[in-house]
Amino acid sequence: MGTALDVRVKRAGKVYRDGEILSGVVVITSKDAVQHQGISLTMEGSVNLQLSAKNVGVFEAFCNTAKPIQIINSTIEMVKPGKLPSGKTEIPFEFPLQMKGNKVLYETYHGVFVNIQYTLRCDMRRSLLAKDLTKTCEFIVHSLSQKGKLLPSPVDFTITPETLQNVKERASLPKFLIRGHLNSTNCVITQPLTGELVVESAEAAVKSIELQLVRVETCGCAEGYARDATEIQNIQIADGDVCRGLPIPIHMVFPRLFTCPTLETTNFKVEFEVNIVVLLHDDHLITENFPLKLCRM
Amino acid sequence: GGGGAGARCHVTGTKMAAFPWHARSRNYVSESEACKLESVPLDFGDYHPLKPITVTESKTKKMNRKGSTSSTSSSSSNSLMDPLSSVLDGTDPLSLFAAAADPVTALDGARRKRDKDESSAVGSDFEPWSNKRGDILARYTTTEKLSINLYMGSEKGKATATGSAVSEKVRTRLEELDDLEEGSQKELLNLTQQDYMNRIEELNQSLKDAWSSDQKVKALKIVIQCSKLLSDTTVIQFYPSKFVLITDILDTFGKLVYERILSMCMDNRVSLPDNFSPESVNDTAKETCLNWFFKIASIRELIPRFYVEAAILKCNKFLSKTGISECLPRLTSMIRGIGDPLVAVYARAYLCRVGMEVAPQLKESLNKNFFDFLLTFKQIHGDTVQNQLVVQGVEIPLYLTLYSPAIDWILQCIAYHAPDVTTFELMLSCIDLCCVHCSALLLNSIMSAFRADFIAARSMDFIAMIKECDESGFPKHLLFRSLGLNLALADPPENDRLQILNEAWKVITKLKNPQDYINCAEVWVEYTCRHFTKREVNTVLADVIKHMTPDRAFEDAYPQLQSIIQKVITYIYDFALLFSVEKFLPFLDMFQKESVRVEVCKCIMESFIKHQQESTKDPVILNALLHICKTMHDSVNALTLEDEKRMLAALINGFIKMVSFGRDFEQQLSFYVESRSMFCNLEPVLVQLIHSVNQLAMETRRVMKGSHSRKTAAFVRACVAFCFITIPSLSSIFTRLNLYLHSGQVALANQCLSQADAFFKAAVSLVPEVPKMISVDGKMRPSDAFLLEFLCNFFSTLLVVPDHPEQGVLFLVRGLLNVIQDYTWEDNSDDKVRIYTNVLHLLSAMTQEAYIYHVDKVDSNDTLYGGDSKFLAEINKLSETVVSQILDHLKTLGKEETLKRQSQLALYFFNTILAHGDLRNNRLNQLSVNLWNLAQKHGFADTKTMVKTLEYIKRRSQEPAMNHFTELALRLPLQSRT
Repeated sequence: MGTALDVRVKRAGKVYRDGEILSGVVVITSKDAVQHQGISLTMEGSVNLQLSAKNVGVFEAFCNTAKPIQIINSTIEMVKPGKLPSGKTEIPFEFPLQMKGNKVLYETYHGVFVNIQYTLRCDMRRSLLAKDLTKTCEFIVHSLSQKGKLLPSPVDFTITPETLQNVKERASLPKFLIRGHLNSTNCVITQPLTGELVVESAEAAVKSIELQLVRVETCGCAEGYARDATEIQNIQIADGDVCRGLPIPIHMVFPRLFTCPTLETTNFKVEFEVNIVVLLHDDHLITENFPLKLCRM
Repeated sequence: GGGGAGARCHVTGTKMAAFPWHARSRNYVSESEACKLESVPLDFGDYHPLKPITVTESKTKKMNRKGSTSSTSSSSSNSLMDPLSSVLDGTDPLSLFAAAADPVTALDGARRKRDKDESSAVGSDFEPWSNKRGDILARYTTTEKLSINLYMGSEKGKATATGSAVSEKVRTRLEELDDLEEGSQKELLNLTQQDYMNRIEELNQSLKDAWSSDQKVKALKIVIQCSKLLSDTTVIQFYPSKFVLITDILDTFGKLVYERILSMCMDNRVSLPDNFSPESVNDTAKETCLNWFFKIASIRELIPRFYVEAAILKCNKFLSKTGISECLPRLTSMIRGIGDPLVAVYARAYLCRVGMEVAPQLKESLNKNFFDFLLTFKQIHGDTVQNQLVVQGVEIPLYLTLYSPAIDWILQCIAYHAPDVTTFELMLSCIDLCCVHCSALLLNSIMSAFRADFIAARSMDFIAMIKECDESGFPKHLLFRSLGLNLALADPPENDRLQILNEAWKVITKLKNPQDYINCAEVWVEYTCRHFTKREVNTVLADVIKHMTPDRAFEDAYPQLQSIIQKVITYIYDFALLFSVEKFLPFLDMFQKESVRVEVCKCIMESFIKHQQESTKDPVILNALLHICKTMHDSVNALTLEDEKRMLAALINGFIKMVSFGRDFEQQLSFYVESRSMFCNLEPVLVQLIHSVNQLAMETRRVMKGSHSRKTAAFVRACVAFCFITIPSLSSIFTRLNLYLHSGQVALANQCLSQADAFFKAAVSLVPEVPKMISVDGKMRPSDAFLLEFLCNFFSTLLVVPDHPEQGVLFLVRGLLNVIQDYTWEDNSDDKVRIYTNVLHLLSAMTQEAYIYHVDKVDSNDTLYGGDSKFLAEINKLSETVVSQILDHLKTLGKEETLKRQSQLALYFFNTILAHGDLRNNRLNQLSVNLWNLAQKHGFADTKTMVKTLEYIKRRSQEPAMNHFTELALRLPLQSRT
């Protein structure tokens, strides 16, 4: 292997916030001395929007959503053209993460139709004979803590055959009574979603109770929009015919990267919901939906 | 006997009267007076060379690199410490050196020490899980077919992240997933229990492999898939064992993750101290740790998510001080989501297990687990469980026993370091709260988890509670067994003891199933032996016989029956008492499988040898033990290993030695005769019997003070006859030779002259049969050293054996010499000549007026011949021949390669002349000078020895009547080396 290029940011978690300084080193390792035409480092942040298959065609005409929205982009020249000695060369760098004006540094988010990603790219330009070298490294941006105190918004719920919507034959449903509460639908993203659920009674045996975390992504503009809900994860909280009357904890950790504080902009929206799904033994599926509001404190 | 007739033609036939032998005349009495050491009275407690050596060393010295151990031969005579065994605890300097020299082992040792410290967060008084494993695996088995279903698919949540803008991190992770048999589903059906265990072990191995090849994701998947198997309750009777197997894997995983993160915290090769704080953990390690927790939090299914998180519970230490104490309650309540009560209770047991390991002080979670279990136990009456049992054909009592290991464990954790009775009382009060099934189950677990003295103190309460338990629930015999186990360890109040036994046995005796019965009875036998007399023990044994005899039920219960015998002999080691327990021998009759029977016999004999202090003639003991020994003896066949034979023989010998009829010697002899016919297949026993009989003869002599009456003379002859006819049946030639000699000596001592002659003749005629190589401890060794030793011994005895009036002079000596002459000696060996030289010692001693030793009341040749000149002439003739043989041999050693031997032999002969010859005789004097020169001639003599010898001669010359030595010394030049 000839020359290797690596970009390393200082923080182990690679997490940075607006106003902080992104620092690290570019590491070049080579057996021989390296001739180059300059080394530069580029910091990029962008939002990629994607149209879901079912909507392609409808909106394509008016909306140019496929084009990435740039959040941040800056380049610095690290080393002027010249020669690097053989062995390992470490070149430190610092980038201030500063937004101009009142633009916001969105939080990193990996979704299906919306992706917010930040990268550091190091380019080493070389003479015609040798290929240019590039190395990219993702870093994570967390938005700043929201000001003010988070108001808890507890929700109590009761699920019975009568409370259900979209039921075809209500008469064929087994009788059941499920009660519970979520401690808050306003959630701090670093804290788990918590609550309790009690199967007070159920004629049919319970097969499983799950928490389904759903992302709702909306892409669009004034002319129209596409709204898609997809599952992020499904966490089983009860397996089998649980004991009646005994509270079962609701507990779900929000996965990193796949969740971010609820986000609303002119071009796109990212929102989250949780479904409590109860599966009975005769394959009856009962779902109760709760919109969530995520924030970072 | 090929001795007498041949004697003349061989030894005396040689005509070569070169050097007549002149023996120095001795006055043994005055010599002994002159040479005797002054005797000094020895104080008790003084240094004595045979006293045990006590090695004293301080513990700190053990750690010393140089490993110098000080050993002082102090004289505390009651300390029986064996200096050899002290080597075994690693204090010998060699192993210390090895340990110090090898840095890898040293490091290893440090790690082991650290591991040990960690696990000893709970004290050594906490019975560790590893002790329970084996029992569970052995107890919960199945013959039904098992299956393993492994789905190495990707986690749903992560796989949905598609699209072009997937981050690099995610992409590489996904690629990693692809590599690993993406979506492969492995279903293994129809596995036997052993197959299943092998597969699980394979998984354990592939987990380690994946980890060591840095495939962490694969490792995690394996662990997830394995813990998923714990949600499967088909073949429910195997579930406890499955739990054991799979939690082994989880433990492995937990350890790997913890150690990996710990190794990331290494700073300049210095690892964190044991009680590190999260602040000293670096960011990379924290991030990695956090990553594991996020990954695990996203596991879809409840059971794997629970188990995997519990497995790495300890890793919380890297993140925060309170991590573990926050996690434990959450994980505890998480188990409420597990619907199947059996699956849930095992999950609780696992959580308690890791909890105890990491934070034994957090008792609350332990309690919460217990009470949550009580809350959910009613589920077993629900349709879901009941249907499952019907489908699997499992009865409630069996089903309930599946809970025991888990609840035992949980309660053991709770009971740990809860020395006051409150916890115990609390648990007992719980029994009343729950349903009948649960209470029985709980009762049983309380009895296995809490301290035996708590239980024993309230035995009557427990019996009452057990009696109240429902017949259709948890098996009662198990409850009584558990109680019995406690009572074997701790004593109930004195007044209750008999009632407890009666109450318990009333129930036990009604058990129909022999296996249930014996498992219970086995335990209660110990209680009975501990507190009651032989009458009760007898009753119990009788009851066991009654239960186990029908349909030969004992055949399936040998281990338990054996353990009963073991317990009985542990408590009743007075054998007179033991055999007066009428049912003891009938009980032994149940051991009908030979190997087991012999094992039991061995145990009994071992106990006898260990405990029997005085010899016995009690006919009951003798009859019983003879029967037992006979059983052991009869088990010996062509296939029996040498070791086993040796062991059996040692046990039988131990018994024979303990039998004594006191003054009734005839009875004693007839016992030996009987023993011989009984134990004829074990040679060591025959040898022992010969020794015993010889001892008996000598004992008779002692009692008669050396003068036998007609009756005792006849008796002694009977003893001698016993030996004479027994010895030929032995196979080892040296054993036979030595026993002939020994028995001959005994016969001589008892004035049985012709019998003694017969022994010696037999020995003489056996010598030619001595092979050149013999087997010693399984290895072939040259026999010459043994033969030499025997012959010297033999000659010493022959000094005092009087000549037979009808045989020629020195009949036996000549016979032996002829045999030596004809024996095919090893080429290149001087053994024959060495023996001849020794014969000169004998012949010299024979010419003395009064011999150096005698046998009391036996006239040796000195008295017999009274220095008769014919007799002396015979001896001189013999000596002359022997001398010429020696000289001939010396001549043949003149070749280059044998010069060294010539030198040594010459010196040996020189010394003989010096000691036994009369050097005032000129020819002998000249001969000795020649030998001296021969020894030095070719430079093979050891100068030091020569100098010492010369000094000796000079010293002797000072003695009265030894002044001719002065002259001799002058004629002996010392050859200088140069």
